[in-house]
Amino acid sequence: MKLKNEIAALDVTDWRILQALQENARQTYTAIGKQLGIAHSTVYDRIRKMEQHRIIKNYVALVDAEKTGAKNITAMITVYTDPKVSEKVAQKLCEAHEVLEVYTSLSEELQIMAKIVAETPERLHEFISNSVAPLPGVLRVRTSIVTKKFKEEQFSIEPKQSQNL
Amino acid sequence: MNVKTMSKNLKIAPREKAFYFFTSIGNYTGASASSLKEFMEKINEVNVKSLEFHLYRGDFEKWISEVLQEGELAGDIRRLQRLNPMGESLRTQLFLTVSRQMRRSAI
Repeated sequence: MKLKNEIAALDVTDWRILQALQENARQTYTAIGKQLGIAHSTVYDRIRKMEQHRIIKNYVALVDAEKTGAKNITAMITVYTDPKVSEKVAQKLCEAHEVLEVYTSLSEELQIMAKIVAETPERLHEFISNSVAPLPGVLRVRTSIVTKKFKEEQFSIEPKQSQNL
Repeated sequence: MNVKTMSKNLKIAPREKAFYFFTSIGNYTGASASSLKEFMEKINEVNVKSLEFHLYRGDFEKWISEVLQEGELAGDIRRLQRLNPMGESLRTQLFLTVSRQMRRSAI
């Protein structure tokens, strides 16, 4: 695997290993090796390199919050900001544990979009009122509370993508 | 309480203690007030939905009492809430209530 401008040049074996891990990150190197027809030591070396280069960032458990009985609410917020300070606002949002995801977008005006969780609508309001609205450069905030989730997945490598390489 | 007192009726709240006007849960209008004077000005400018939202949640009363430490005005606003004013009538009555306090404080 070679790095060019921080972009890794992955070969077909790397892609297939990534795909196997995305299907089941708990399977052994031997199991992945058998599946792909390569030695487990090759799988180990490739995974180690991809971890070192932060291509594989983490291994996490995907928890179904509803089944745990947690009564959190999720909201999508759009923060309209002065373009001069949008980076700082986005960074500040990233520091809050209530904020799960932060993105910026340039449409008609600069916006920051964030996904937030809170215990109740009131706690959500307190967070936006006490921690988002007072940030210098915040012009206004639009909030949508999620009522039903239809899909939530991580980016995954398409089987075709790895086979065609 | 971190409130800087510049004169009897011009207490300035720090940015994190300012009043931020919302129209509903999480929807910040962009208007804020750090003093009673600024608050009075914003009453005339913000969407009346924002005034209704905050009055019936008790947010005005809480901020005026806890941050500006104007107990008498907080009581007046509590009484105003019990009258259930809505729309432009609420805006007018709230403005008159606050301006009366401004005059009282100036004496």
